[in-house]
Amino acid sequence: MSTASSSTADPVPSPLARRFTLLAFQERCIETGLFLCAALSILTTLGILYVLVTEVVYDPFGAPPDPVVQREDGSIDWSRRHKVGPFFQEVSLREFFGSAQWTPQYSRKHFGVLPLLVGTFLVALIGAAVGLPVGLLTAVYLAEYASPRVRGWVKPILEILAGVPTVVYGYFGLAFLTPYVLKPVFQKWLGWHVDGFNALSAGIVVGIMIIPVISSLSEDALRAVPRSLREAGYALGATKYDVSVRIVIPAAFSGIVAAFLLALARAIGETMAVTIAGGQSSELTFNPLRATQSMTSFIVNISLGDTPTGSIEYKSLYAVALCLFVVTLVMNIISQLVMRRYREVYQ
Amino acid sequence: MSQPDSTIVRIPPPETPGPLARTAGRHEGWGFALACRAAAWSSCATLLVLLLVIAFQAWGWLDWQFLTSFDSRKPADAGILAGLWGSAWMLILIVLFSVPVGVGAAVYLEEYARDTWLTRFIQLNLSNLAGVPSIVYGILGLTLFVRMFGLFDPHGPLEQWTGARWTGITLWTQSDGTAVQIPLPFGRTVISGALTLTLLVLPVVIIASQEAVRAVPQLLRHASLALGATRWQTVSRQVLPCALPGILTGVILSLSRAIGETAPLVMIGAMTFVYFTPGGITRPTQLFTDPAGVVQAPFDTFTVMPIQIFNWVRQSKPDFQHVAAAGILVLLAVLLTMNGVAIYLRYRYQKHLQW
Repeated sequence: MSTASSSTADPVPSPLARRFTLLAFQERCIETGLFLCAALSILTTLGILYVLVTEVVYDPFGAPPDPVVQREDGSIDWSRRHKVGPFFQEVSLREFFGSAQWTPQYSRKHFGVLPLLVGTFLVALIGAAVGLPVGLLTAVYLAEYASPRVRGWVKPILEILAGVPTVVYGYFGLAFLTPYVLKPVFQKWLGWHVDGFNALSAGIVVGIMIIPVISSLSEDALRAVPRSLREAGYALGATKYDVSVRIVIPAAFSGIVAAFLLALARAIGETMAVTIAGGQSSELTFNPLRATQSMTSFIVNISLGDTPTGSIEYKSLYAVALCLFVVTLVMNIISQLVMRRYREVYQ
Repeated sequence: MSQPDSTIVRIPPPETPGPLARTAGRHEGWGFALACRAAAWSSCATLLVLLLVIAFQAWGWLDWQFLTSFDSRKPADAGILAGLWGSAWMLILIVLFSVPVGVGAAVYLEEYARDTWLTRFIQLNLSNLAGVPSIVYGILGLTLFVRMFGLFDPHGPLEQWTGARWTGITLWTQSDGTAVQIPLPFGRTVISGALTLTLLVLPVVIIASQEAVRAVPQLLRHASLALGATRWQTVSRQVLPCALPGILTGVILSLSRAIGETAPLVMIGAMTFVYFTPGGITRPTQLFTDPAGVVQAPFDTFTVMPIQIFNWVRQSKPDFQHVAAAGILVLLAVLLTMNGVAIYLRYRYQKHLQW
């Protein structure tokens, strides 16, 4: 009884009791500071969205645009308008996605994004055709066949390949692939004209660039397949080929698809290699031996010139960037959904 | 002793063969193995060809003169000095900005955050940001840092509100009368580029640091907390030192990505023809003898190595292709050194720290 009464009267509180001390305050401050660091990533996303949306869709604080000036034939004379509104208030969605002419730099301006979309996907698909099979086979080799010693050699080399700047790949495509590989093969042997800048060389270097992405992500997926599945296969008398192709790859399929999608998004967003090796024709063409222009290389080409802020060319750059952002975002999200599904299977 | 017959289950042979009924022939398996091997080594061969082509093109062009002179309209006189210093300043500033924020965010997400919708959203957002094309970051940087939304434009919003024209914040005036000042908006300066690239590499730095922090065993945290350390004491004195090699590896790899990055800097308008270095500093010793230059450097216009290379590639004179190759060799040397350090760190870390 006496001990109980003395403990309630004790002026020194238990060390485990919550107290407001300098140390606790300091801890709160640090936690808040760290939270702000993490929240910066959300601010970045909001910043990107705000910048793109205000220039393209709706600008709440924007100054009123200059009045529309029409030429005698009814077309808009953009050169007399220094300040225009957000892009889609000037150009209709129907023209943007329906027209096949993209000429914002000329005096007769047409804003059909189709040539840029075709250029982008042409390069990305050639890149995928090169990068996907090679990347996947590399992953299978590293996960199933290679000895630890060989892995120790190949993996750092792939990492170096991933670390080579894109401007170097562009140079490789322009100064080596086009004149010394593509021209002899297609122009000399087959007699097809090859432009100095062409989508094929750009696509091939983009393919080389995504090999490390695919191989490292797919290898992770292949390694996540439990050992018991492989051993069950061997116990049934399967060969190594059977186990790799009919058990491990199907089991890791969603992870591999996620890797493919991520790599394709990377190929679509790839800029410098396509700008340097692909050229800047804004003509709609499906021919990979001709010059092309992707969404990214259009943005670079516009920003290299002297484009006045607030003009329609300047706004068109944001419109293309928004288009690019949406396409890559959708692919990334699909890839993550697929990846999450595959994580649920083996954990 | 003998089992009754009824307990023995006889499995009838399958009517249609299962997927494993026919195992692959010897040659099929051999061919596939060969294809896998060839694919893996073809990447290595590509790297080799790439390096050989560039070395061949650069032969005779990469010399001391190239490393110590500014750009020129004559291929023989062109050099990469401005790009080297520009890249060095970018590197310093990106480290200063991205490491504290990146590691801080990683520590918050791994050590502090509870599993709420906000945390999950931040995590999802991070992996999405890592996939955003770099050129989109360039557009963000152009609007946010270079132009600052046009707030400081002549007759812009700020001038209308305050009635005064804002051009910058003067830090101090030197004895020769020139002012050391922070320009507003930042314009096409080193700091705009560094902030843009910081936003670009942050998701990668955060994700790599998270993995390093996660790899530290729970045991250490429990021991530290049991001894009465606070959360932050545990993090700063136990977790971070253990995670340091992993964090360093991730940081160096993402920095080497930032140094090779061209597109966002083209967007924010890093000048392509530059005859000076940031702050006028051309020798490492000046970093210690010229404080005004050091303070001024982040607010100077600049160029970086990849931009110079891009500029040379675009030139019509054929000799500039050789200059570009020489520039690429310098850039690759810097990047391979950084990658080598990162790979070595990880190798040591894997060898010596085993829990």
